Amino acid sequence: MNRVVLSALSLAAPLALAACDKAQDLDQTGPRPALPEQNQTLLPPMKIASPAGWNGAMPNVPKGFAISPIATGLKVPRQTLVLPNGDILVSEGLGGSAPKLRPKDVIAGYIKSLGKSGTKGGDRITLLRDRDGDGKYELQTVLIDKLNAPYGMALVGSDLYIADQDALLRFSYRGGETRIDAPGEVVTKLPANPNHHWTKSLTASADGSRLYVGIGSNSNIGERGMAVEEDRAVVWEIDRESGAHRTYASGIRNPTALAINPATQALWAVANERDELGADLVPDYLTSVKPGAFYGWPYSYYGGHVDPRVHPQKPDMVRKAIAPDYALGSHVAALGLTFLTGGGFGGNYADGAFVGEHGSWNRRQLAGYKVVWIPFTNGRPSGKPRDFVTGFIGPEGKARGRPVGVTYDPERRALLIADDLSNTVWRVTAAR
Amino acid sequence: MKEFDLPSANPSAAPIALHPLHAILLAFPVSMFPGALLADITYLNSSEMQWSNFASWLIAGALVFTGLALAWALIGMLARRAGRGWLCAILALLFVVGLVNAFQHSHDGWSSVGTTGLALSVISTVLALAAGWIGYTVSREVRA
Repeated sequence: MNRVVLSALSLAAPLALAACDKAQDLDQTGPRPALPEQNQTLLPPMKIASPAGWNGAMPNVPKGFAISPIATGLKVPRQTLVLPNGDILVSEGLGGSAPKLRPKDVIAGYIKSLGKSGTKGGDRITLLRDRDGDGKYELQTVLIDKLNAPYGMALVGSDLYIADQDALLRFSYRGGETRIDAPGEVVTKLPANPNHHWTKSLTASADGSRLYVGIGSNSNIGERGMAVEEDRAVVWEIDRESGAHRTYASGIRNPTALAINPATQALWAVANERDELGADLVPDYLTSVKPGAFYGWPYSYYGGHVDPRVHPQKPDMVRKAIAPDYALGSHVAALGLTFLTGGGFGGNYADGAFVGEHGSWNRRQLAGYKVVWIPFTNGRPSGKPRDFVTGFIGPEGKARGRPVGVTYDPERRALLIADDLSNTVWRVTAAR
Repeated sequence: MKEFDLPSANPSAAPIALHPLHAILLAFPVSMFPGALLADITYLNSSEMQWSNFASWLIAGALVFTGLALAWALIGMLARRAGRGWLCAILALLFVVGLVNAFQHSHDGWSSVGTTGLALSVISTVLALAAGWIGYTVSREVRA
């Protein structure tokens, strides 16, 4: 009888193997990424680099560049914005209030929390100022506080727009202020319940008349029910004067950063694709956002690759789905996008975009945790992504930082990187 | 349950009644695994995620109590009290199947149940009912 018990228990042994996750050596960047078979393992692979301090170390930059921290001690910095006078704004926040609906939500939430700093989000905008132009930002002060998980920022004329997790706010900014106490005026409310993906990315059209807000899905793949996906996984186009909005593009699972391509003035985005289909699915992407386009979520990805987890399926929507322009790799978690203007850094870094990759949790071999450079020609990507800032994973495999927003400052020829793990803003310049 | 040719079906071989607390522990998997099966069937018929969530919690709760009931039965058996071998064996198997089913139900959307989840819920239900049948069967002498 004991043997029966033992053999029953020994059935548990293969469970450990069932979680195996075979990362293949695939080319998953560029316009036509290799998309392997779906592989839904019994347990999703979860691996997060546990945090470790920089301890005096610095991120690595290519030869001819220098990097330095210009602000530390922030409260979960996400995105940055350069103002006309050279001041830098940093949005700080940690949003989302999605309830834990299943035992899995409790366990996965705990594991993911191990890769975060534990800092409470600042719910504020911090201003950094370099008074003497030496590249050191000696003033670090709170410009606006009492916000609700601010993320995207944009300045149009004297209107400063902040995208909280539940509303788009307008503040009056005449130039040079270091403190704004007047409460923001609500331009429009934004879908906020329950904000599984809470970040609201924001940019203004080239002529300043329209604002674009990226609104992420309320689930990985519809597991919170499709009712909460109304107005989610979309980019809104908002009339700046009236606050009226229309859906500009849909099926774009989590558009975490928006930017205007300076060559074409078209709207571009980086977006995070779905998890738990394997180590090499589904690649996150960089794409021009075509008006009226449907990018597949949740029914399919990269055009007609159907996701079997959605039920009922919608073949008519799958037929409508278009593929994004350029894959960045699976699970890299692209959260930042900026285009170079005014000749950029020159040389190999004159025309193109930087993308901040926060880093993976859903694969054994870590992906992302770096800032990549993507060369452009005539407004289109013209080569493979190249590592630009690395070293966020230390020699022991621990994360010293995780990049989020990236912003190019054309006046001072510098790249700003918000790092929400070490609560730092990094600044990359050409070495003198 | 007739098709199960179990030793405990023979009253003369059946052990004394379970300790009341052990019986209460066993009552949870006996009710929760069938509950999860019903929730799964409703999910497959409705595509309404909340039913899959119900099943997930029912399976997780059932697993906890299956583990406790199994531990109790194992300790009783190791202490050479009345023979509860089949109960141990079925609870152990139920725990393994239930655990696999809990992982299956952690998938997102339709994959949380699908054919595999439904099959595992059917197996768990049969095993849980069998465990209850054996566990709650006592010899006529004791009953008398």
